[in-house]
Amino acid sequence: MEKKLALQMRGITKRFGTVLANDHLDLDVYQGEILAILGENGCGKTTLMNMIAGIYFPDEGEILIDGKEVVIRSPKDAFDHRIGMVHQHFKLVDLFTAAENVVLGTQSDEKYNLKAVNAEVNQIADRYGFHLDPAKKIYDMSVSEKQTVEIIKVLYRGADILILDEPTAVLTPQEITRLFAVLRRMRTDGKSIIIITHKLNEVMEVSDRVAILRRGQHVATVRTAETNEADLTTMMVGRRIDLNIHRSQPVNALPRLIVEGLNLYNAEGIHVLKDISFTSNGGEILGIAGIAGSGQRELLESISGLQPVASGKITFFNPKKDRPVSFFHKSMKQVRALADKGAFHDRNMNSVNFRGMRSKAVRKMVKDGDVLFREDEVMNLRDKDPLEIRRLGIHLSFVPEDRLGMGLVGSMNITDNMMLRSYRKGPAGFLNRKKPKAQAETIIRDLEIVTPGVGTPVRRLSGGNVQKVLVGREIAYTPKVLMAAYPVRGLDIGSSYTIYNLLNRQKESGVAVIYVGEDLDVLLELCDRIMVMNGGAVTGIVDARTTTKEEIGLLMVKTDERKEAEDA
Amino acid sequence: MNMWLNFLIDAFAFGATFIYGSTGEILTEKAGHLNLGIPGIMCMGGAGGCLVLNMIGRSDLPPFLIVILGILGALVFSMLCGLIYSFLTVSLRSNQNVTGLALTTFGVGLMKVLMIKLDATIYLVGPKQMYRWPFAGRQDSLQALGVLFFMAVLIALAAGWVLTRTRIGLNLRAVGENPATADAVGINVTRYKYMATCIGSGIAGLGGFYYIIDYMASQEAYLSVEALGWLSIALVIFALWRPPLTIIGSTLFGLLFSCASFITNIPGITVTMAMKPLLQMLPYVVTIIVLVISSIRNKRENQPPASLGLSYFREER
Amino acid sequence: MSKANKNGVREPLIHLSKRDSIHPGKALVIRLIAVVLGLVVCGLVAFLLIERLQQKPERIGDFYYSFIKGAFGTSRKFWKFLKNVSILLCISLALTPAFRMRFWNIGGEGQTLIGVLACIGVDFYWGGKLPEPLLLVLMLLAALAAGALWGTIPALFKAKWGTNETLFTLMMNYVATFLVSFFLMIWVTSGSGVLPQMKTGKLPTLGDNSYLLIILIVLALTIAMYVYLRYSKHGYEISVVGESVRTAQYVGINEKKVIIRTMILSGALCGLAGYLIGAGLDLSVSADSVGGQGFTAIMVSWLGKFNPLAMILTSGLIQVLNQGAAQISQDFDVPGALPNVIVGIILFFIIGSEFFLNYRVHFRKGKETVK
Repeated sequence: MEKKLALQMRGITKRFGTVLANDHLDLDVYQGEILAILGENGCGKTTLMNMIAGIYFPDEGEILIDGKEVVIRSPKDAFDHRIGMVHQHFKLVDLFTAAENVVLGTQSDEKYNLKAVNAEVNQIADRYGFHLDPAKKIYDMSVSEKQTVEIIKVLYRGADILILDEPTAVLTPQEITRLFAVLRRMRTDGKSIIIITHKLNEVMEVSDRVAILRRGQHVATVRTAETNEADLTTMMVGRRIDLNIHRSQPVNALPRLIVEGLNLYNAEGIHVLKDISFTSNGGEILGIAGIAGSGQRELLESISGLQPVASGKITFFNPKKDRPVSFFHKSMKQVRALADKGAFHDRNMNSVNFRGMRSKAVRKMVKDGDVLFREDEVMNLRDKDPLEIRRLGIHLSFVPEDRLGMGLVGSMNITDNMMLRSYRKGPAGFLNRKKPKAQAETIIRDLEIVTPGVGTPVRRLSGGNVQKVLVGREIAYTPKVLMAAYPVRGLDIGSSYTIYNLLNRQKESGVAVIYVGEDLDVLLELCDRIMVMNGGAVTGIVDARTTTKEEIGLLMVKTDERKEAEDA
Repeated sequence: MNMWLNFLIDAFAFGATFIYGSTGEILTEKAGHLNLGIPGIMCMGGAGGCLVLNMIGRSDLPPFLIVILGILGALVFSMLCGLIYSFLTVSLRSNQNVTGLALTTFGVGLMKVLMIKLDATIYLVGPKQMYRWPFAGRQDSLQALGVLFFMAVLIALAAGWVLTRTRIGLNLRAVGENPATADAVGINVTRYKYMATCIGSGIAGLGGFYYIIDYMASQEAYLSVEALGWLSIALVIFALWRPPLTIIGSTLFGLLFSCASFITNIPGITVTMAMKPLLQMLPYVVTIIVLVISSIRNKRENQPPASLGLSYFREER
Repeated sequence: MSKANKNGVREPLIHLSKRDSIHPGKALVIRLIAVVLGLVVCGLVAFLLIERLQQKPERIGDFYYSFIKGAFGTSRKFWKFLKNVSILLCISLALTPAFRMRFWNIGGEGQTLIGVLACIGVDFYWGGKLPEPLLLVLMLLAALAAGALWGTIPALFKAKWGTNETLFTLMMNYVATFLVSFFLMIWVTSGSGVLPQMKTGKLPTLGDNSYLLIILIVLALTIAMYVYLRYSKHGYEISVVGESVRTAQYVGINEKKVIIRTMILSGALCGLAGYLIGAGLDLSVSADSVGGQGFTAIMVSWLGKFNPLAMILTSGLIQVLNQGAAQISQDFDVPGALPNVIVGIILFFIIGSEFFLNYRVHFRKGKETVK
């Protein structure tokens, strides 16, 4: 079965500053096939596709369509070459109907007639088996319907090559099945479909061939029928690279934060966190791995009180009191009385009473750290906003993913950003900038932040220095739990290592560190345990010292059939 | 003629000023630009038209030509103002509120400087009759209606049709709702913004012209154009950004505005003069209520265009 | 050529990019160039409008000299200048906290006017019946409360339902205007609509200058506002909310509370400006008591980058232009509203110059090919 080439890419290279996003990539797409592009976050998949769709322009290389070289400078050029892309973030006018969005910006000599457009939309929908009401407004639509509009929009413009960027990330299993049926019908129709994904099961299910990208390079293209999930994973994650991050053994790792059965629905009513349970220990780094958008951000935001959860428990153990020291300030009689009230527990969180034990034995248990004092220390974090959490005296630090939109105020200088969390201190209505300024100077010195001074707005700093300010502030708050979401994203190697060292130092001083990352090599070398998430659920918690990249890779794409069946 | 009918026709005639002003403002706002310069633009339109009429008011040109030239004068002046506004807010991405207020300051001032120099006996006396075609000869209140009144109604209906029934209207609304999306499908966002603002300004300018030479037709008329400009902006909210609704809204505003003087004529009703300002206040209060209700009901169709007041810079996406 | 060159990037002649920062000196130069260009255009426009200038073009020097003469020519003019600057600055200061919070309060006109109305109202009903100091205090409280009320109503709706505050505050201006007309109808029995000057409730005079007290009050307010915005916890919260509501939530700031609190302050300070106008200057009220300064104040605040100290300069600039243009009207016998035209033109240039402070403009020279 000889197929005709629809699209060829030759030596495509794209740089963003010093980052090489695509490194001399070659790629062929045939007519009437579904090509999956597989790769980890940041491997350059989306960048490559954006160059075909006219969003970016390649630095080097050429694009051929039907054997002829073409120049694509804008989405319009791409449409003219019958290429259409469905982006991960939909570009639709909310207030318009489906049909109005479809026809938007098209040029035609025909009189504008919405009825005719509606009919045409229906025709396209029927042909490929979509279900869509062309008169429905976008704001009334589910994510899946919006995606349908985007696909029809592309088809209406006559696209023969369709690019879909992570189309299944936002869909339910049933919707995915429907989408795949549509894609197969398009293939039969002779269209070329490029689907960007990192879900292996979907790759195996729908694609004819798979192109694997890693760190901006084309690793291989294989026929789906001739490969399997394990091989694909190996190609996707690559061989393990030794990063030489210093990692110490956790000392006296006691539970600090316990999350049980956490469920969360987002503003659109989508179930984004499904029954999450885990324990984060003091003196340990818990890594969270997973494809971006698997619920990591929502999890951290629920813990820090920014998202109201639907059900579940978030329990914090205040370390000030779980040191047995406080135990010795009381007489043995008081201790025994407290024990009867359930004030102590062992490491498994079982209540401990000392009935029938001799004082000496009790003291020994305490000395060995087998008994934890629990008088007031068990604190419920659920349904508390960030201010309440703070007022409880809980030192919970959070380095959010969105540095300048959430963690810092871009137009303010370093000093003013240092006091974002602490400005309420002090009796009067006025700010005290003395301490924040000293702190700012300290972190500038300690973290080697490159800045003209403490008075420079953080927006003007480079990405790495912005992140150092944010992490520095969160650490200056002497946290007991430190949560960091993608703290090294966009940072150069040197700054990344500064951050790793900071996290390690926190761990060594007994802080419970939760690290959400995307580079598996880093997760494997930095963390003590790694929790893997997919689709809002925990697919496994593994020991970082013994696990492999392949194991994590498989967990990252593993779908829990049972849970999905429940959702349906 | 019946007193009530007189009253209604007068309200229609008065309301045409707002139809022009708010239809013009709606077009601008649909492109995502809150143009607070409309009062100034209306003033400049009035001044431009009067300036032309001042030159040709007593000439032997055929009446229709005088009518057309006057309208052109108003259009040129007001569209030039629109051009200044679009250059500053679209190309130079200046703050829309500040630019609009500066334009109003400028336009109102320039009109006052210009109008003092003109001779009302030239620009008003003769032309008024021509602009009141076909009712020029009548003695009842129908004579208050004329060419420019019907044009106002036609423009409002046409603008409504263009916005909802044509490709251009669809594209324009997309620009005001979500310029990044419009840009991505190949719509020239800058061109649409310029066109909508300049055409909208031209339409608004006609409102000032109409009020001075037709509805009021008095030497001092120009002094109250600014206030009517602000009311036109209010009417945009009242009309829920739909040009045809401005016809109803402006008639209502016209009724409320003039009923204070009218009410005293009705036998059996005694109103003190003090009531007049309260009645004149009503259009604004009603507008506030409409604004509040539409925000509470949160019906998407009745909200201001989503990107209203924001500059668009492609590389910020 | 560009068509033949397959890899050539055909980009527009002008390319824009956002500036991260600009050297303060460079910024100053850009603004000065803008003002100079504006003045040149003013000269050209004046040449078109002013017949005496057309007859005697050599008087163009006088034209520009009038700007200085108008504001600084005599000691009386200078005091008047300081008074005008103070009132405008006071309203601008009142609006500034709201603007820093990105709450587009364009209702300064109405909030100030309602302040004038409230304080004159107290004077009208209780003047002569109460001891003067008590009356003055009551007038002040009434003005503050009225202004705060006018500012808070839109804020409540904004916080609760997200009602568009720009349009709401704009409408409130006109409600205030007609409320004034209404009370004038009641108070002035003659029906002339002009309220004669009150005999009571006048702010005391410091020394022998009737403006000095107002100037000092506004000066103190300027410093207080600078301190409030820069050194108080409230000011800090305002900046955080203005920059990003998400950041505010992240650190546990209740943004609705901040919006309402700030608008109470903003409205009350507009009320204070109204009190200065009512009790300090006019001792009467009319629909034109504020005279559009509530709108001018928006531009003053914006041009001063919402910095109270810089706003001294911007309000000063506006008033130099205003008084200068008034002087020109007098010297060259131009009736009408020449000051507005001149202020408008200069504002266009300053507004336009902001673009060159925020964006970098690259001109393409010929075609660029990919390396």
